[in-house]
Amino acid sequence: MMNLLKNLIGWIDERFPLVSTWKAHLSEYYAPKNFNFWYFFGGLALLVLVIQILSGIFLTMNYKPDALFAFASVEYIMRDVQWGWLLRYIHSTGASMFFVVIYLHMFRGLMYGSYRKPRELLWIIGMIIYLALMGEAFMGYLLPWGQMSFWGAQVIVNLFSSVPFIGPDLAIMIRGDFVVSDITLNRFFALHVVAIPLVLVLIIVAHLVALHEVGSNNPDGVEIKKHKDANGIPLDGVPFFPYMVVKDGVAAVAFLMVFSAVVFFAPDMGGYFLEYNNFVPANPMKTPEHIAPVWYFTPYYAILRAVPPMFGSQFPGVVAMGVATVIFFALPWLDRGPVKSIRYRGPIYKTFLAAFVVSFVGLGYLGLMPATETYTLISRILAVVYFAFFFLMPWYTKIDACKPEPDRVTSK
Amino acid sequence: MTDNVDHSKRRMLIAATAAVGGVAAAGAGAPFVLSLQPSERAKAAGAPVEVDISSIEPGSMISIEWQGKPVWIVRRTQEMLDLLPKHDADLADPSSSIPQQPEYCNNPTRSIKPEVLVVLGVCTHLGCSPTFRPEVAPADLGAQWAGGWFCPCHGSRFDLAARVFKGVPAPTNLIIPPHMYLSDTRLLIGDDDKSKLKGGQPADKGAAA
Repeated sequence: MMNLLKNLIGWIDERFPLVSTWKAHLSEYYAPKNFNFWYFFGGLALLVLVIQILSGIFLTMNYKPDALFAFASVEYIMRDVQWGWLLRYIHSTGASMFFVVIYLHMFRGLMYGSYRKPRELLWIIGMIIYLALMGEAFMGYLLPWGQMSFWGAQVIVNLFSSVPFIGPDLAIMIRGDFVVSDITLNRFFALHVVAIPLVLVLIIVAHLVALHEVGSNNPDGVEIKKHKDANGIPLDGVPFFPYMVVKDGVAAVAFLMVFSAVVFFAPDMGGYFLEYNNFVPANPMKTPEHIAPVWYFTPYYAILRAVPPMFGSQFPGVVAMGVATVIFFALPWLDRGPVKSIRYRGPIYKTFLAAFVVSFVGLGYLGLMPATETYTLISRILAVVYFAFFFLMPWYTKIDACKPEPDRVTSK
Repeated sequence: MTDNVDHSKRRMLIAATAAVGGVAAAGAGAPFVLSLQPSERAKAAGAPVEVDISSIEPGSMISIEWQGKPVWIVRRTQEMLDLLPKHDADLADPSSSIPQQPEYCNNPTRSIKPEVLVVLGVCTHLGCSPTFRPEVAPADLGAQWAGGWFCPCHGSRFDLAARVFKGVPAPTNLIIPPHMYLSDTRLLIGDDDKSKLKGGQPADKGAAA
């Protein structure tokens, strides 16, 4: 029996790089041995991707991308399709959990300087994944054709129409109509289920290829490739398979427990994962009393609202929001610190990072709230803090009093 | 190199192939991009709409659909009209200098007949539909409020001539769509070209501007 298997693998190996691929990416890919809690989230993101693709395929079998039937077909899935409610709640919970995991994954990168040389391109590919994910989430949110779907899409597409000169035509091109309509719904469906998932899978593969080329960073922010044994294996590395796979397996089980708790006990998460107004069919004639995007967009939304109109245009707010999103791309070149990891950074960087986290979470909260005068003022202050973290980075990372990096990774 | 290859000819051929290929790719890509534009059916749905306004009570508003968007028609009372000029100092564009209305509505009341206001019910900020709040000085909007619209999305405020107040997210006054009176009580929204009327009926027109 074993012989048969061996022969089969040999047969394949002569025609396809099976064993060498397995070795290069799993059994002989060496990850730093000092990985901690923060290193769970990349693997978990991959797990959520699989959950979303699987649940999405099955939802597509019963969903109708037509303004007349979309809302009813979602209710049909919830009430009449066997286990349909579970598929839908898995998919809607997965959308929010995707962002939970990705935000923690990105924060890990901030803390340990994972975007620094030689991982700039890895970081940039990751940012493209993040943007694609935002597009995927935004378009998916239109599909249930509820009030929040409709008015959320209306507001976001109108952001584009504030672009000088080409804006109005661009917005019409995106909607395919003069308003968000059946045509918009139909094309967002195509993009949500075919185009963006394909792109996502491709760039995630590129992200992993880039990661395995440069090797993982670690909580100490030092390169394990500097110290290798006689066989060229990093002294502080352990093979990804089986060690990291087992470690990630534990994380996956813990994560799925949380995930299930949400799906079964709080699928709408108090209105944050599924907004209550979205249980009302879309009505182009009436805006709900209070509209807010889903929680994962609210930090940027709060920045958009914080910027007052200038020169009779609200384009500056749109620019601020756009810059807040893409500024992450520049991180590898904004950071001039002599060390990568927060463990060896000085007090200034730690203060700025803490202030950034406060501003991001604070803006996220304010973006969910109605725009009162006090809230707008706080949003403005937090937006300034948000941008200060990035724009002052070349200066404060340089003057910060860093501790010396260790030569090799440390573990307790 | 001693490989007997004419490199300059090869470069020229590669450049020429790339150029021709590029043009072909752009040509082949054009139909895909152009298909994203509004379809003929979507354009046709933008045809003008006729409304009977005889049943609108003074001080109240009706909302009709034109091009898939709400259009409000308000019959303003004399008190409402009297209050309009009193808060000019608080407005971003009190004299409607930004062309958000047809020429014939560029007047203090932003309307053809002073009492009847026709306005596109879409906030100039990000396209929400503001809420009609005709009452004077309600508790939530403050003592200065003389009636108008309040946008629930981002808090923009407009007066009863749909002019925007200072210090709110919306940059400009609400849009007055092209419209005209077919008779005293019949209003046509979406067209104002009387010459196109054939026997009192509007000519078939594609998407109104």
